[in-house]
Amino acid sequence: MHSCRAAAAGMLVVMNTKEHEHVIEVTDLRRVYGGGFEAVRGITFHVKRGELFALLGTNGAGKTSTVELLEGLAAPTGGRVRVLGSDPYTERAVVRPRTGVMLQEGGFPSELTVAETVRMWAGCTSGARPVDEALELVRLGPRSGVRVKQLSGGERRRLDLALALLGDPEVLFLDEPTTGLDAEGRRDTWELVRRLRDTGTTVLLTTHYLEEAEGLADRLAIMHKGQIVATGTPAEVTASQPARISFELPHGYFLGDLPPLGELGVVGHEVDGRAVRLRTHEVQRAATALLVWARDTGVELRRLDVRSASLEEAFLQIAGRGAVAKAGKAEVTA
Amino acid sequence: MTTTVTARMSALARAELTLLVRSRATLVTAVLVPLLLPLSVRSAIDGMDLADAGLTVGTVLLPAAVGFALLFAVYAALTSAYVVRREELVLKRLRTGELHDREILVGAALPATGIGLTQCVLLAAGCTVLLDLGAPPAPHLAVVGVLLGLVLCGALAAVTAGFTRTAESAQVTSLPMLFVSMLGSGITVPLELLPDRLASVCELLPLTPVITLVRGGWTGDLSAYEALGAVATALAWTVLAVFAVRRWFRWEPRR
Repeated sequence: MHSCRAAAAGMLVVMNTKEHEHVIEVTDLRRVYGGGFEAVRGITFHVKRGELFALLGTNGAGKTSTVELLEGLAAPTGGRVRVLGSDPYTERAVVRPRTGVMLQEGGFPSELTVAETVRMWAGCTSGARPVDEALELVRLGPRSGVRVKQLSGGERRRLDLALALLGDPEVLFLDEPTTGLDAEGRRDTWELVRRLRDTGTTVLLTTHYLEEAEGLADRLAIMHKGQIVATGTPAEVTASQPARISFELPHGYFLGDLPPLGELGVVGHEVDGRAVRLRTHEVQRAATALLVWARDTGVELRRLDVRSASLEEAFLQIAGRGAVAKAGKAEVTA
Repeated sequence: MTTTVTARMSALARAELTLLVRSRATLVTAVLVPLLLPLSVRSAIDGMDLADAGLTVGTVLLPAAVGFALLFAVYAALTSAYVVRREELVLKRLRTGELHDREILVGAALPATGIGLTQCVLLAAGCTVLLDLGAPPAPHLAVVGVLLGLVLCGALAAVTAGFTRTAESAQVTSLPMLFVSMLGSGITVPLELLPDRLASVCELLPLTPVITLVRGGWTGDLSAYEALGAVATALAWTVLAVFAVRRWFRWEPRR
């Protein structure tokens, strides 16, 4: 009877995932903690099979609260989560053998060795790869006999990644996988994550390193105060933001001496002493007009810098605007 | 190929056993205390009027020793193990995997329960030989008593861990259960020697039915009615404890 039901549930999953190519579906998701703090305020997004999706946000934006719901660690307060077509919280037995999880902070007994930790985890993981292979994958082979308490922060992150990858999961949740890693460790992890994506693994990662999201993600969402404030490919999110032109005016020249900013296509500006910063969606037109003016008036624009919006600027702009829009509501800190 | 419940729980139990062996303080408490404490009871027994209550040194000391084994090797050791694993985020990490919640709690309890069971067997053998106790007339009662005791102490450890914040405070939060059981469950003083009214209250304490059954196994004078009553009391506490764990157990540290 029981095995019948399990088999039926398994078939259902296969059918679901074949029909929908959305491996992760999140609809109007809400999470309110015991104290009444609303960490996730109605977010909706989906992740396609084989896609690498990044959830960006400042600390306290609600990234981890969201990922924990996707991992099935808690039931949502409202809305719906589907991973591989099933509810990760109530249909845990169906979902877990197909997902791999790396929490923001590892959770390993400090007195076990690296190899013992992996062996324990392998006993609990369907289709686990051999211990040695798992450790090689994250270059922890030489440290296999070392107790977890003696590992560096970066080594612990890599151990955590090894456990997440142990069962060769279809869906991988990585909560800030590179926090605490040095530059080399971070590159190694990126390389590994790229390889996984290339072999068809669906990856959802959270990060506050914007270059990480920009370099890795097929699509991303920026969270701010429990809501998604921007979503799309890194290029789309960046393109919606103005480019920036900055320079210093020489003595005796002021902002008013420039051609009318509106005619240059400038949508915003800041002046700090002699430093001027212009924002525009038409960077070529604005820059040309500015340089023509400088040549015609014989002015030298020092420290001239023209750049398209980076994800970082987009992020700051969006997060900042979100903060302003939410200012009417009571300020809550996580 | 999916994992089985047995495979998952034995992987967890193996790791937990390794940790228990490496945690000297817990190991000493679990292994030595149950072997040493009966000696202190031994000196108190000499001042008791046992013959009137139909008891002997052996039928007082053996249940006491079993009680100490359950309390220290299982209850106290497991309370601190659950708290330490939770504070190290191990329980949270385990919950992201294929283990079911109850498999995590039971699997982690297996080594301590195994040590407790081994001690009960050794203590029974030791007492039988050293105190001329002879073979128990009703061994099934003792077996049922010990098994109920192991399950109940494991469940109560999880309950205690639920409201314990740190490994240090586990030393304190486990004290009420330890003291109440030692004084009121017939471990240091047999209920037969207490005033009737007090004894009937003490019969309702969680560990009393376990001690009663073990003692009954060796005295052979426990009626079927009394034995069933004891089993029912122990089961009621176990059900209550399991309910409390499902309702209040904390899987993550408070922030």
